[in-house]
Amino acid sequence: MPSIILSRRAFGAAAGAALALSGFAAPGVAQTPPGVLIVGQIAEPQSLDPHAVTAVNDFRILMNVYDGLVRYAPGTLQVEPALATDWEISDDGTVYTFDLREGVEFHDGTPFDAEAVVFNFERMLDEEHPYHDTGPFPLSFFFSAVDEVEAVDDGTVRFTLNEPYAPFLSNLAYPTGLIVSPEAVREHGDEFGRNPVGTGAFTFAEWQSNQRVVVERNPDYWDGAPELQAVVFRPITDANTRVAEMLSGGIDLMVEVPPTSLSQFEGPGYNVIEQAGPHVWFLILNLREGPFTDQRVRQAANYAVNKEALVNDVLEGTANVAAGPTPPAFAWAHNEDLEPYPYDPERARALLAEAGVENPEVTFYVTEGGSGMLDPVAMGTAIQADLEAVGFDVTIETYEWNTFLGRVNPGLEGEADMAEMAWMTNDPDTLPFLTLRSAAMPDEGGFNSGYYSNSEVDELLEQARRSTDQDERARLYREMQEIVHEDAPWVFVANWVQNAVTSDRVENFRLEPSFFLLLHDVVKN
Amino acid sequence: MGSYIVKRLLSAVPVLLGITLIVFLIMALIPGDPATAILGSYATPENVERLNRQLGLDEPMWKQYFIWLGNLLQGDMGRSFALNRPVLDEVLDRFGATLVLAGTSFVLCALLGVLAGVVSAARQYGLADKAITFAVIIGISVPPFFLGMMMILLFAVRLGWLPASGMYAIYGGGDLPDLLRHLIMPALALSVVATGVIGRLSRSAMLEVLRQDFIRTARAKGVHERSVIWRHALRAAMVSIIPVLGIQAGFVISGAVYIEIVFQWPGVGRMLVDAILRRDILLVQGGVVVVAACYVMFNILVDVAQSLLDPRIKT
Repeated sequence: MPSIILSRRAFGAAAGAALALSGFAAPGVAQTPPGVLIVGQIAEPQSLDPHAVTAVNDFRILMNVYDGLVRYAPGTLQVEPALATDWEISDDGTVYTFDLREGVEFHDGTPFDAEAVVFNFERMLDEEHPYHDTGPFPLSFFFSAVDEVEAVDDGTVRFTLNEPYAPFLSNLAYPTGLIVSPEAVREHGDEFGRNPVGTGAFTFAEWQSNQRVVVERNPDYWDGAPELQAVVFRPITDANTRVAEMLSGGIDLMVEVPPTSLSQFEGPGYNVIEQAGPHVWFLILNLREGPFTDQRVRQAANYAVNKEALVNDVLEGTANVAAGPTPPAFAWAHNEDLEPYPYDPERARALLAEAGVENPEVTFYVTEGGSGMLDPVAMGTAIQADLEAVGFDVTIETYEWNTFLGRVNPGLEGEADMAEMAWMTNDPDTLPFLTLRSAAMPDEGGFNSGYYSNSEVDELLEQARRSTDQDERARLYREMQEIVHEDAPWVFVANWVQNAVTSDRVENFRLEPSFFLLLHDVVKN
Repeated sequence: MGSYIVKRLLSAVPVLLGITLIVFLIMALIPGDPATAILGSYATPENVERLNRQLGLDEPMWKQYFIWLGNLLQGDMGRSFALNRPVLDEVLDRFGATLVLAGTSFVLCALLGVLAGVVSAARQYGLADKAITFAVIIGISVPPFFLGMMMILLFAVRLGWLPASGMYAIYGGGDLPDLLRHLIMPALALSVVATGVIGRLSRSAMLEVLRQDFIRTARAKGVHERSVIWRHALRAAMVSIIPVLGIQAGFVISGAVYIEIVFQWPGVGRMLVDAILRRDILLVQGGVVVVAACYVMFNILVDVAQSLLDPRIKT
């Protein structure tokens, strides 16, 4: 039986090879060295030029390599000094003068000074600037109120705005306001995004496409050198694979843990960290046509949706129930007296009867997934069931995210009665200003896709934007939230609670309400 | 033979052009544009228009296509909108990784598949045949991405023998043993289905050949059975096995998309999926051109190999 003998031999050889290969694996695949933190990211960064990117995933790296003039104080969304030590705002709220920190150098050894700040903002905003073509800069409109940036002297820089714009400081704390090395931009041009140079706690070391971005400790950091020797950011797009890497010890820290996987990290060996963020998940209602033109029907929808069940069962506790348009993460501007609409199907039915529509037909736009959308298909289905339980007749149409935005952003008229949406912002001004004002209709370049219009709200938002006094702004936002809650142009659903898991070798790690990942104080044993 | 190869290579040019045109049209027809994808929630008409202008997307579609084609002929595939780097750099970075994975898988499935087919056919209805047929059916039926996930759970999470994902270790490593360690699971997961298909078809091709007169003659002449199977029968059967290998090579490359996602392999498949979601048309074009060129080349190789094996096939 020659052929059998041969095949046995062949199989034996194959098995032997397999054993030999598995022998490679023996020396501690899973041990990561102390002092080096391996972070499991959700995707490859698009660029490490802070002015060119829009994704939270990229911000997580950038915030550790660069500084802005200001930053959010730990655990809050309140602005505190960073590269600027102090600032003055003119009485009319249009001139901001910053005193810059002395003796700070970029990682390439060039000095951080007023000229560098001017270069940064002119590169983004001035289409004639010689390095404007190193863009595009998709979020530069954060600074569209800036008329002029001047270096008064080496240590002083002055911004002149074309109108009072209260979110300016908080936009400076956002990644779009981070300061890059002008010399590095001149040297690398288009390729600056792959050769980033900032002033931050970590210096850029290496970017291997689709494998890792490595940053190393900056021993000369102005705010004290960080504890870690290095941080490695690994893109692992598949959530299950990310969980497997965490379980097998291939990464030390993972963000955006899928709700259904959290239970695997309870118990020893891991720490689960949670932090509510400036995020709102809501349903836009069409106020121009269809059943939701009637306020009672809109309120009925708010009563009908069982938000507790959504956040606890569908989202497994990775979100809180939202009460209004301003998330509690903006502690200073959030109206704590506002209670979420309770789950009350009886009340919903009564309101529908009062409005004279027992079985309103509703077309509901759902997306398959997108930035901040959590679990939109499962949530959409649960919401559909809740609404149908009180008499609504809901038809779901599901779209891929970009297609979805292309349908929803131009306005719901002629399209749908209701659509899912989520926003994550850095200032309490942004969301209502872009989505709830009469002057923010889609045909005027805003995102008010449901056509909500209330002159009181318009007035409050205008005033809040012009005021430079935070207490005054807080009062105005609180009043706005009450009115919007009552008018119910949206169904207010959830505020996302961001989570992360670390191995127990990682200490001093916390999540920030800004959703940034700050690793300056983190220790790994 | 030389002129045949040249002729086949030339005929590949219109095929590739046609593919780029179709991909371009599809990308133009699906809703959404790169600016909307980049801006996300902030995609106001004003912001979209400004960004489109900066990206050079305010030209009419037909013009964009010819600009792209003109640049391609000069070896310039443009810059990716989403990644902000030259398409060619990204595609070459990625394609190398895909070749390592798909190439290894292909060699594995060709060797194991043909071996399994030959053994099965030689011992038709014997124990080895039944065992192999059983294994082959299982292999064909299990979705590769599921198999991949189960392998990760067993070998990386439970046993800790192999790294769960990636191509090289994050620190240290970077050498051949390191690459092999990372390659074992994805390459096996990717090759399982193709191995099954090749195994089954090799078996029937072999059985077909083994029934023919020249095999009976060889046996009657007293040729050693090993020689009958491996030298006479297999060589004749290869004529029908090779086209199957060609088709399976295509499946291995396209199957790499799932496997690359599960194992976070930095290859071209995952890149294409991301690029499509971001409406990154130039990156999609670049990736498709390279993959299609590879596929066409492989088919030419198969045809050439076949004509070498079987003189009856005209070149």
